[in-house]
Amino acid sequence: MYIKRSKDELAQRVAQDIFDGAYVNLGIGQPTLVANHIPTHIEVVLHSENGILGMGSAPAKAEEDYDLINAGKQPVTLRAGGAFFHHADSFAMMRGGHLDICVLGAFQVSATGDLANWSTGEPGSIPAVGGAMDLAIGAKQTWVMMDLLTKTGESKVVQSCTYPLTGIGCVKRIYTDLATFECTPQGLKVIDTVNGLTYAELKRLLGIPVMR
Amino acid sequence: MINKISPTIAQALADVQDGATVLIGGFGTAGIPNELIDGLIAQGAHELTVVNNNAGNGDTGLAALLKTGRVRKIICSFPRQADSFVFDELYRSRKIELELVPQGNLTERLRAAGAGVGAFFTPTGFGTELAKNTDGSPKETRRINGKDYVLEYPIYGDLALIKAEIGDRWGNLTYRKAARNFGPVMAAAAKFTVATVHHIAELGELNPEAIVTPGIYVSKIVKIDHVATLAGGFKSA
Repeated sequence: MYIKRSKDELAQRVAQDIFDGAYVNLGIGQPTLVANHIPTHIEVVLHSENGILGMGSAPAKAEEDYDLINAGKQPVTLRAGGAFFHHADSFAMMRGGHLDICVLGAFQVSATGDLANWSTGEPGSIPAVGGAMDLAIGAKQTWVMMDLLTKTGESKVVQSCTYPLTGIGCVKRIYTDLATFECTPQGLKVIDTVNGLTYAELKRLLGIPVMR
Repeated sequence: MINKISPTIAQALADVQDGATVLIGGFGTAGIPNELIDGLIAQGAHELTVVNNNAGNGDTGLAALLKTGRVRKIICSFPRQADSFVFDELYRSRKIELELVPQGNLTERLRAAGAGVGAFFTPTGFGTELAKNTDGSPKETRRINGKDYVLEYPIYGDLALIKAEIGDRWGNLTYRKAARNFGPVMAAAAKFTVATVHHIAELGELNPEAIVTPGIYVSKIVKIDHVATLAGGFKSA
């Protein structure tokens, strides 16, 4: 028997691996939860694509400033030491490899680290990409945070992505509600699993080869 | 004497031509020059190409401009939002052309236009559907030092509409917080740049070390009121 990591437990698991002094971009959605779990004894500088370094937590009610928002367009605060800069500089920080870590959500990740997180390719849907492609290939380490399985039980970690790609070979680690993986040019490697989840069961859920 | 201060938005936008490419700053609620967009609607230019990160929210600002039917094409990174119903309807009924560009490529293409760079190789988008032209043909790629890149071209603006914070009569600008976003790159990428400001400073009053957009990139500035609205960026004191 095993119990899945809750969203907060997963965020905590990701936060555990963030190191002191890291410059980090947390993607829209689930990855923003990671900010709540960064250990207090380390100092981490959060980047927001719309031109902020040193982004702080959400403001108190009635303290919102709508000139100070995150990539998800929610009001945030600026920590002492924070800085503002324009969009070209902000994306140069990504593309130029200055960010240590970015954490993104995903529809699918391949064993070798291809990422699909911007489009399900559904006919008639309106495409939108934002900064996903720049982030995916820009940070020194791109981590994905997601449920391992879809609602219908299929693994989102796959041999080869069927959804449109965001970037090729760019994901280094996948943090999921059941296990943590490393993507390598040789294929998928498991780093840890939740208590009680056997290697055999994990392999069955994945349906693709995984190294220990 | 140089005096880029325009008494009204209508005067600042009087010469916008049909068919113009209009760069519009802003990201989310921050830095959207709504007053200038309203001025452009009143001015009446047709067949516009609009460049913005998004494709309008609700039915004001950029969405209101789209609703007039005067925008032929939009170049943006993230059109689909919870309240982008004006764009959604135009797109689904094929009344507007969309060029979807990864956000970093969008801003770098604008930067290239302002900096006189003819084209550039970027790793962003390599191997994806966005490494194709709008007609489906592949964009030029190159492997440089073992890494793959896509060739991207500048986006030149005929007009840029920018929301700044403080300006002087030479057109020097400062911004407020994350409302800076696309302002500085768009100001440089357009032949004619109009900025709204909340304060006009005397020449020499702005700290030269803190000027973000030097006046060389700015054609007109117009003072507007501080508005305590969600989209205006300011909370009432």
